[in-house]
Amino acid sequence: METLELRFPGDRPIIRRAHVGVVGSGDLEILLSPASETTVTIRTSVGGFGVLWRATLERFFARHPIAARVVINDAGATPGVVSLRLAQALEEAGS
Amino acid sequence: MNATLTLLDRTSFIELNARERAQALLDPGSFRELLGPFDAVESPWLMAQGVVPQSDDGVVIARGSIGGVPAVVIAIEGAFQGGSTGEVSGAKIAGALELALLDAQAGRPIRPVLLFETGGVRLQEANLGLAAMADIHAALIALRRHVPVVGVIAGMVGCFGGMSMSAALTSYLIMTRQGRLGLNGPEVIEQNAGIAELDSRDRQLIWSLTGGEQRVATGFADQLAVDDADTIAHVVRAAFDTDRSLPANSSRVAHWRDRLSRLPERAEGAALRALSPGER
Amino acid sequence: MDDDVSLRGRLWFDAIAGESQRRETGPVSVLAADARIGAEMVRVIAVVPDPDNRFPRARRGEVGIDEGWGLAACVREVLGEAGRPILAIVDVPSQAYGRMEELLGIHLACAAAADAYATARLDGHPVISLVVGQALSGAFLAHGYQANRVLALDDPKVSIHAMGKLAAARVTRRSVAELEALAETILPLGYGVRSFARLGLLHELITGVDANAPTPAHIDHVRQRIAAAIEDARDGSHDLSSRLGSVEAKQQRAASIRVRELLAAQWD
Repeated sequence: METLELRFPGDRPIIRRAHVGVVGSGDLEILLSPASETTVTIRTSVGGFGVLWRATLERFFARHPIAARVVINDAGATPGVVSLRLAQALEEAGS
Repeated sequence: MNATLTLLDRTSFIELNARERAQALLDPGSFRELLGPFDAVESPWLMAQGVVPQSDDGVVIARGSIGGVPAVVIAIEGAFQGGSTGEVSGAKIAGALELALLDAQAGRPIRPVLLFETGGVRLQEANLGLAAMADIHAALIALRRHVPVVGVIAGMVGCFGGMSMSAALTSYLIMTRQGRLGLNGPEVIEQNAGIAELDSRDRQLIWSLTGGEQRVATGFADQLAVDDADTIAHVVRAAFDTDRSLPANSSRVAHWRDRLSRLPERAEGAALRALSPGER
Repeated sequence: MDDDVSLRGRLWFDAIAGESQRRETGPVSVLAADARIGAEMVRVIAVVPDPDNRFPRARRGEVGIDEGWGLAACVREVLGEAGRPILAIVDVPSQAYGRMEELLGIHLACAAAADAYATARLDGHPVISLVVGQALSGAFLAHGYQANRVLALDDPKVSIHAMGKLAAARVTRRSVAELEALAETILPLGYGVRSFARLGLLHELITGVDANAPTPAHIDHVRQRIAAAIEDARDGSHDLSSRLGSVEAKQQRAASIRVRELLAAQWD
């Protein structure tokens, strides 16, 4: 298990907090809360993929420069599933 | 109602996660979650064992109404750690039942529903999961003296371990065909008693022993429902609306001891059904 | 009877029930008697091995179909007698694992036992458990864990847990050695009775007693502790809340207490 702490630039407020997903095999849960800056805490069951997490999230926040507190609890989701859940969370949060 | 639902009309209840299932059973707009993900009350024991926790520890406690009457739906998330009961998830279940009891004792109406999707005690929390299970049984037995408690086993995890005792303690138990109810899961039986006793890969055998259809036919569950969210919501509501003066299954000691005393030497599924024709 | 089968349940039942007439309410594997302990007439109940059990998977002291319903019957028999104490002597290796057991609803049989004990407690009967050997998973949930007060002998073979070591190792895909190592730092994983006591779930750990070959003085001491527990139970509530009130619980089960506080605050 590994815990990662990341920061991203972003200042677009989200409308409401959002929660998607479950910590099931191959899945993850994401919690978004309004904040003044974007900090991300990831707890993942699969260690050693810090670079991939940063790249996936960088791509997401580049397209959606929101300011939010992001908590991710991951049980081995692929980058594709991560991106899907991020998109779902963003839709729920509104911006 | 079931017969007229085509496949296209149905919304699978099984495919919904715990939160969605609770929402499906509560009157529209009435859902309000307690100790939800943002309260982040997680397991204190998992990270030290290299397991990623879930923000709600795998149990959703939702207040709302069912048919206009205050209700609490306790929904276990089967996808997180097999729905297993840890310290926090167990305390959420027991604590919600204990609060429902206070309401019932004070004459405030309450309709408690449990959605069982679990393998039993979470072994990573062993003795605290077991203690919570005893608390859950205690709360159910106390609550049931005042108000009916309705349980649903939809699948695909089913209801096993100590939580199967909880299901047996409900006033009214609804299952789908896909649901299963048993004390020991097939793998646990195979591991402890050998593959000749039970081959855990034999799905037909497993469902013939513990599946919803078998359980309803032999009096271990009360109603078989089709896997459709609206149907199950309707069945749950009807279970509360119907005046039920039947004593609880777990209290009918003389009845069950008599039934079990009349067992033939080798009682298989069909023979057992002949012995106990479905009625409670 | 093979070496693995424990004789402690019967030994302690005989020690405490003494010459009292054995009831024939349950199957041969469920011992029951009414025995005087202190000033009280106590219904004493134990589950013991029956090598001729009609269910082959329940011949070594497991709680199986007949034991579950038998326990329920032995407990319910005294519900008519107001305030009568009930003592569960616990030495059970597990619930019975088998195809017939599942077919015939062992989950309900165990629930029936738990129901009976809890109903007795709610009706005001002091229900006491004395763990003299193993108290594992569904068997303990059925026989013993619905008590007002749980007592245990301080002995290396007294073990309380959610699943036996070998079975737990298989299910979690770890070795027994790994499980034991984990238990050193993660208290709820411990098998020994002292770990259990540190969780605040035990009313009393009875020390200085030979669990295998108790002397008359040892037996007398245990009877005294049971009598004291009965009195204590009479003074207390009819639910299990005392388990969350202990000093140890406030430390080791802090999350259980906090969850209840938050639920209450958010309930309405």
